[in-house]
Amino acid sequence: MNRIGEYRHVAPQGTVDILERLADRVRGRRFLHVSGSRLGGGSAQALRAGVPVLNDLGVDTSWEVTGGDASYYATARALQAALEGGERVLTEAGLARYVETNKTNAKKLDLRADLVFIHDVPPASLVTERAVGRWVWRCHFDCAAPQHGAWSFFRTLVDRFDAAVFSLPQYARRLGVPAYILHPSIDPLSDRNRDLAPREREAVLTSLRVTQDKPLLLQVGPFTRGHDPLGVVNAYRIVKKHHDVRLVLAGHAEDDPDSREVLADLREAARTDEDVVVLELPADAHLQINALQRVATIALQKSTQERFDLGVAEAMWKGKPVIGGPTAGIAQQIIPHVNGYIVHSVEGTAFRIRQLLNNREQIPRMGAAGREHVRRTFLITRQLLDYLALMVHLTA
Amino acid sequence: MRAATHPFVFTGCVELRQALGLLALDERELLDRVREVPPDSIFFHTHGYFLRHRPVTTAYGNDFARWAAVEAHDLVLAERLAVVEPFSFPTLDGLREELVTILHDHLRGVDAVVRLPFARGFHFQQSHVVEVPLGPHVNTLAEFRDGLAAVDPSAIYLHMVEARARRGRRSGDFGEWLSSSLDMPALAAAIERIDAHLTTLERVRGRLLHLVEAALLEGGA
Repeated sequence: MNRIGEYRHVAPQGTVDILERLADRVRGRRFLHVSGSRLGGGSAQALRAGVPVLNDLGVDTSWEVTGGDASYYATARALQAALEGGERVLTEAGLARYVETNKTNAKKLDLRADLVFIHDVPPASLVTERAVGRWVWRCHFDCAAPQHGAWSFFRTLVDRFDAAVFSLPQYARRLGVPAYILHPSIDPLSDRNRDLAPREREAVLTSLRVTQDKPLLLQVGPFTRGHDPLGVVNAYRIVKKHHDVRLVLAGHAEDDPDSREVLADLREAARTDEDVVVLELPADAHLQINALQRVATIALQKSTQERFDLGVAEAMWKGKPVIGGPTAGIAQQIIPHVNGYIVHSVEGTAFRIRQLLNNREQIPRMGAAGREHVRRTFLITRQLLDYLALMVHLTA
Repeated sequence: MRAATHPFVFTGCVELRQALGLLALDERELLDRVREVPPDSIFFHTHGYFLRHRPVTTAYGNDFARWAAVEAHDLVLAERLAVVEPFSFPTLDGLREELVTILHDHLRGVDAVVRLPFARGFHFQQSHVVEVPLGPHVNTLAEFRDGLAAVDPSAIYLHMVEARARRGRRSGDFGEWLSSSLDMPALAAAIERIDAHLTTLERVRGRLLHLVEAALLEGGA
């Protein structure tokens, strides 16, 4: 378990002191998080890191998880996808079963707390059973343009909360309750981001069969059209005419035909060019991602679909300049010409890669600026400050 | 060493951001929204920029100028908005009026404005500042200097910016305490003259420390 004192070495000066003072102000109040799973990235990853630290600070914090049968999870997934704007078929029977399952969950779980944070869609309808405390819906996805029918159903739930929290104002809907903005964060002490000893790093890279004999371009992310790994390959091919570089694409295919097609195309690109390396990694390959980001020359995040994409902050934390797509989440992290570049096309991506490779002295300068930007803005200590400030604000 | 009649308490802060659900997708809408949003939103997008932005990012002076440059690609408007000095306006409505005038005058010379997609619009926010008292009370100028050197940068913001702009204490908390509790009006006046615009909290801290060190060397308090 991480101890709060360890964050003094990585957080901005004074941050841990403010955390301790804020924790003093909410001591005696109970903070509860509820999500649909303890596994995977996103909210679960943030809670795995944040809940122990909050308890270490003396804030009584617990984390409950809702459960249900296959139809409960299928409906919750479809509902979230529809709220993200995808076309999904939602049946009244399925939605009724989702609500009923959460009524059963409410009987099993201890939901008594001063501040209850409900993360994303699976546990959201627990709010119909709320008894005590202030309830906040924490939305980790872009909810700005939902499918109309899905929103009509879900809005009746959201309006029963005391407040909602979104990652960016661009992801928020206009609601009948206050909408607060909290950026997501990375944990600098987790396996994904902690310092790696050279021997440990080399062992991981050896296991991945990644050599460091030439500059490395790296994109980490699912093999989906939204993350545009094929666009990255095409940008690499333009760069390759001038620079002997290697491209590593690390991620996994999602469970849909389109993603499998993207992966097949990537495999074909790798088959015909030994400097294109496609690494299919499980979602919990944190050390592997860490090692790859540390040896990358330039990190890429050429997303075209709106997501916060914390891979940008992760790479910056390792001192790498990042070339990213023009989404609101990436634009929040990249300060153009300071710690990276925002690009809008394959050609633009290739142009910026070449610019950096031809002006190598910019790479460590941008990398250092990126690391400081992340230190102040995207570390978990900042997110915990936001949580505690919200607790003070809502439960005073 | 002279002791203060009332101790000073350094107080840091955490800014909670709130989306207002109001946005502008072009410059004309920006003018309309600037006219109608709550004063706290004007404060957030002007004075608040100073808390959120750091040495590498303080390029535009306020959120409106940044949006004009980065999203609307209107560099003329960006330059006109960037030079607005939020600290020079006694009230937020006065600052709002200045922004409205700049936008209005600029739009008179523009035939058509570019419409932006939702994600690149100007999304209005406001903030709630949660105060966090820090450290022991200070009673002398030397203790004040030591506290100032170590305190979280948010305390500089709270005492120098929030106190002046949103809480009506035009001298700021540092100046007010030095003047009223340590009877050092000259040092208080020098601190009040510090130009906090287009710089960083750390640089403001440095200027404050320079003035306080000089006063200590002169044997003050």
